[in-house]
Amino acid sequence: MKRYTISVFTENFIGILSRITLIFTRRGINIDGFTASESREEGIYRITIEVTTSEEQIIQLAKQIDKIVDVIKAFYYLDDEMVFQEIALYKIPISSLDPGLEKVIRQHSARIISAEKEFVVIELTGHKEDTQQLLEVLKEFNVLEFVRSGRVAVAKPMETIDKYL
Amino acid sequence: MKDSRIRGADIVIRSLIAENAKYIFGYPGGAIMPVYDALYDYEDQIQHILTRHEQGAIHAAQGYARVSGKVGVCMATSGPGATNLITGIADALIDSTPLVCITGQVASYLLGTDAFQETDVVGISMPATKWNIQVQRVEDIAPAIAKAFHIARSGRPGPVLIDITKNAQVALGEFNYVPCLNIRSYKPYPKVSDSDIDLAAELIDRAERPYLLYGQGVIIGKAEKELAAFLDKTGIPAACTLLGTGALSEEHPNYVGKLGMHGNYGPNLLTNKCDVLIAVGMRFDDRVTGDLTRYAKQAKVVHLELDSAEINKNVRCAAPVLGDCKISLAKLTEKVKPAKHDAWTAKFRELEAEEKRVVVGNDLLPTKDGLTMGEVIRHINEFKADDAILVTDVGQHQMVAWRYFEYKTTRTQVTSGGLGTMGFALPAALGAQLHDYNRQVICVVGDGGIQMTVQEFGTIMQTKAPVKVVLLNNNFLGMVRQWQQLFFDKRYSFTELENPDFQKIAEAYRFKSQKVEKRGDLREAVAEMFIHDGPYFLEVVVEKEDNVFPMIASGSSVEEVRLS
Ligand SMILES: Cc1ncc(C[n+]2csc(CCOP(=O)(O)OP(=O)(O)O)c2C)c(N)n1
Ligand SMILES: [Mg+2]
Repeated sequence: MKRYTISVFTENFIGILSRITLIFTRRGINIDGFTASESREEGIYRITIEVTTSEEQIIQLAKQIDKIVDVIKAFYYLDDEMVFQEIALYKIPISSLDPGLEKVIRQHSARIISAEKEFVVIELTGHKEDTQQLLEVLKEFNVLEFVRSGRVAVAKPMETIDKYL
Repeated sequence: MKDSRIRGADIVIRSLIAENAKYIFGYPGGAIMPVYDALYDYEDQIQHILTRHEQGAIHAAQGYARVSGKVGVCMATSGPGATNLITGIADALIDSTPLVCITGQVASYLLGTDAFQETDVVGISMPATKWNIQVQRVEDIAPAIAKAFHIARSGRPGPVLIDITKNAQVALGEFNYVPCLNIRSYKPYPKVSDSDIDLAAELIDRAERPYLLYGQGVIIGKAEKELAAFLDKTGIPAACTLLGTGALSEEHPNYVGKLGMHGNYGPNLLTNKCDVLIAVGMRFDDRVTGDLTRYAKQAKVVHLELDSAEINKNVRCAAPVLGDCKISLAKLTEKVKPAKHDAWTAKFRELEAEEKRVVVGNDLLPTKDGLTMGEVIRHINEFKADDAILVTDVGQHQMVAWRYFEYKTTRTQVTSGGLGTMGFALPAALGAQLHDYNRQVICVVGDGGIQMTVQEFGTIMQTKAPVKVVLLNNNFLGMVRQWQQLFFDKRYSFTELENPDFQKIAEAYRFKSQKVEKRGDLREAVAEMFIHDGPYFLEVVVEKEDNVFPMIASGSSVEEVRLS
């Protein structure tokens, strides 16, 4: 079992997300992370799916996704074949804001992106290990809410989607 | 100026006509009523076949598609009408049958409100369709239908579904039909690579015991001639899957038999003796391979396949040849050296003789009192035309009919392979017959399966399709009973049936009919069935507890194929 990222280029077609997730549901495979956004090309969407599975299974998953009529191309990569980031937000009560917290923020290269009357929101972009580590540290400052995005990733190989259009 | 716009409902029908659809198999209801109203005006250009159940409509469309090679069209209303199509959609997906299904849907403004007969049909059908779409605007109807036909019939064919809201059906729009020829995200025919051909040819040329397996891909790709030419040149023995049956005439000298759980002895056993295994347009279904860990491990596999997701899915492949097998087979034939494999082929013939001695003889020419399914098929062979179409349901009769029917040409075999849908045969036979009233269509069905779609007798009656229905009545859900006997200590849990008087049912639908219980009456009854001009129902009471052999028990290896 390894961590893979599937990168899917697709038409913006109603139902496409369901069609893609059904491929995982049918095989009883859990999706660890999922993001979707428009790609460089207007009208073409890019979906990034993170999944922990075997090499045999990831090949099948990518082929089955590729087979969907409205999917332009699906690629899969190991972590070292991609540059990727995730963003995490931490909501902390204003009462916890003290020099100790400020130090933690600095040490982790995180930042406060919003300060409200009752709370602050801290943001950290990085790999899951980084954002998780910060979460552990922040727990003593009373984390009211925590959320982490799925990964966004670009591939290291120089191949682009143009050749499939 | 006169308004040139027409209703969405008319656009639906005119689009189907533009795609040369000959039949619509369907059933009306509230949400599709505008389309039915429109149909009234086009009766001279397209024929609607009113089945007695939506499942009947879709299986009929499948039968039509399988023998004609064209897209089958079916139509249903929203809610229960649409959900009744689902079994057929799943069946068509797994057996790669091109279908366009059109369903009515509640008006746009009611979507998501749990309106009367509202069901999320796009959601329900998604995992079972090759593609589906909901159309809510009149201007999107024709493009959706154009795209649907292109997707259904191209590449590896499959079912598509278009769900059309009622407001789109009644709104006015311009009709301007533009066929769909290209979809940017969809490349159904990957180009055959010359290096793939070279590698495959090299393996085949060096092989001492090459063996070819062909599936429905050959029929879908219209590559029957190319397959025969390849076999003629290479002398390689060839066996078929259930759905590939008929792609090669069984009289071809290289034909050695059938694969799978109830296929032939030699073709299964020798899979584990060949050194190169050439698979053409087949997908190594578990009913063909048995235990994969003990399947053809000694062989280098060459796989000619259009769907790249099938390559390396079940069996590791040494030389994949992605692309249309009509092209790759022709290229491969050109590239390979002429060869003969007489000694190797003789091994198949030896095992064939053993199968004949142990199994076939007793099936076809039984000496016991009870009638066998096999002898019924033997008599059918005696009288049938070379291009007769055999449609079967699912169960023992399906396997026996498949084993013994003499297939001489392509598209003569229609059955539910991948899904194994009981109830498939009767409506599918109707669809097959509608493709050509002059071809013989023989529907072989069990006493269990016939009761799943028996209402389609009514459609056969109404269309006067001269289908020959042969009921092989063993008074059991025979195939399940066989498993209970072999694997569950003969505990016949809920497999014995108390059956109705089938002949009376057939007669109620004005079929000419006969019931045979004695061997002495069988041959003449079969002859009379073929002579009769019109629908015919022949019930044959067969031995209750006969088993189908050879058999590879599930989970066993192909080399564990048993003769008894
Ligand atoms: C819709 C459906 N339900 C259940 C089954 C499981 N099944 C496979 S064969 C069979 C028995 C079929 O009985 P019958 O139609 O009498 O044919 P026979 O095997 O006796 O020839 C059953 C129940 C199935 N294939 N399809
Ligand atoms: Mg039966």
